[in-house]
Amino acid sequence: MKNEFTCIVCPMSCVLTVEEQNGEITVLGNGCKRGKEFGKNEFINPKRMVTTTVKVTGSHLNRLPVISTEELPLDHLFAYMHELYQVVLEAPVEKGQIIIENIGGSGVDIVASRSLNQIESKKERA
Amino acid sequence: MKELKIDVAVIGGGPAGLAAAIEAKDQGAEQVMILERDVELGGILQQCIHDGFGLHRFGKRLSGCGYAHHFIESVASKEIDVKLKTIVLEITDQRIIYAMNEIDGMMRIECGAIILAMGCRERTRSQVFIWGTRPSGVLTAGTVQRYINMEGYLPGEKAVILGSGDIGLIMARRMTLEGIEVEGVYEVMESPGGLTRNISQCLKDFQIPMYLSTTVVRIHGNRKLEGVTVAQVDENRQPIEGTERYIACDLLVLAVGLIPENELSRQLEVEMDPRTKGPIVDEHFMTSMPGIFAAGNVVTVFDLVDYVSLTGEIAGRGAAKYLQGKLNLELPAKDILPGDAVNFVVPQRIRTANAEDSILIYFRVKEEMRKVEVTATVDGEVCMRKKHPIALPPEMMVEKIQVGKIQEDARELRVSVKVG
Repeated sequence: MKNEFTCIVCPMSCVLTVEEQNGEITVLGNGCKRGKEFGKNEFINPKRMVTTTVKVTGSHLNRLPVISTEELPLDHLFAYMHELYQVVLEAPVEKGQIIIENIGGSGVDIVASRSLNQIESKKERA
Repeated sequence: MKELKIDVAVIGGGPAGLAAAIEAKDQGAEQVMILERDVELGGILQQCIHDGFGLHRFGKRLSGCGYAHHFIESVASKEIDVKLKTIVLEITDQRIIYAMNEIDGMMRIECGAIILAMGCRERTRSQVFIWGTRPSGVLTAGTVQRYINMEGYLPGEKAVILGSGDIGLIMARRMTLEGIEVEGVYEVMESPGGLTRNISQCLKDFQIPMYLSTTVVRIHGNRKLEGVTVAQVDENRQPIEGTERYIACDLLVLAVGLIPENELSRQLEVEMDPRTKGPIVDEHFMTSMPGIFAAGNVVTVFDLVDYVSLTGEIAGRGAAKYLQGKLNLELPAKDILPGDAVNFVVPQRIRTANAEDSILIYFRVKEEMRKVEVTATVDGEVCMRKKHPIALPPEMMVEKIQVGKIQEDARELRVSVKVG
């Protein structure tokens, strides 16, 4: 199997050709060591940080931004998104608060990437 | 009218203003006030939920809001006065600010120093001249970002993006994740406007096509957008007849560039640089008016928030020094000029006696170049050389220059880039 990637480690944007033969992975076209590592990872299991928003009530905003604590496999991105779209939270929320623990059994948590206070009118009613 | 007297006023509570206020306070300015028109601090970072912020400063890839959080916490811990929902109407050359909000009413604020940190604004449809009707569904990328990420609205079902700047690319991914079909990204120039990593992670990851040398030539639909016509353009960016293609869509996202927001600066009549579209600043990011500083995207549009924060800190430090009488403004300023292949430089002036040991110079090249050498010359004599594997217009370059290498009697410093 053979694949091409644009390296995004630095602005050079080297075009990497990654090939697997008999279980051995070779990277061609990289200008540095970091590029080789990037090419391998992109070939085996590309990972990305997951960032999106979840629904929140009782705050001045309707959405709470969330972020994964580590990179997650790109292949499962839409499954993670689906899980996150089921979430409805109520303010207040603290930055770093766990929103979904161990999402999709990945071992990675999704946490709030900002704090959101409760709006005044909501407080009075409570 | 309420009358106030403070040491440093910072206009704008985005990344530049936050960093400036914190640094001014840390360097000894007593009464520091941030004037912010939004309901909260953080500026545009609060709608930037994606990661990639703060690689330089924190060594981590934070979200925009995560990055802002660090600074907002710091402001909260430092007795910095924050006035939200406050609009600045006028600044005078006597450093008096007229501002208003619903709590204080009209205010006249006498300031020791002022830091302009109003950021930048997106170009709109009228600034890129697209023919056709004026239906709803034509929005700037930043507006779409705010609707989706903060307010929880989906502004369409099928989108066309015009412009390949970073915000456009980020929104291509964001809309895809939210279930909006992104038909493609159209860029009038021959090369993409955004950073390579964004093209890779935002378009290629989701198989979103990008069409270069292609633009939107007409908008269709009466009340609601029904579609757009795209066409390829020639080397003069004129549409080529016969290449038109109609695309049905209900959302046109404009990511066609950012302009520093300088209404207040222009009203104040600080000297402007036509290349950066921002105020001309010196080594402390002080404008042509004594005691009035500028920082961040109001000076020129940076591509990394880390740089914006850095310039905020330089201006904050400058404001504190100005108040303490440590800046000698009687000295003649030397010009810092863009040389070969360089579009602009920031800062544009330096008083070497006031400067710290080294100075950072930010600049962009005019076109893509590989294996380049950056040189800085003082009246024609080389004082710094540095090699880089690549120089790209979307990636701002920054070089450190030892101020000791610039002689007292020199007239100008020039930054050039050449191949080899």
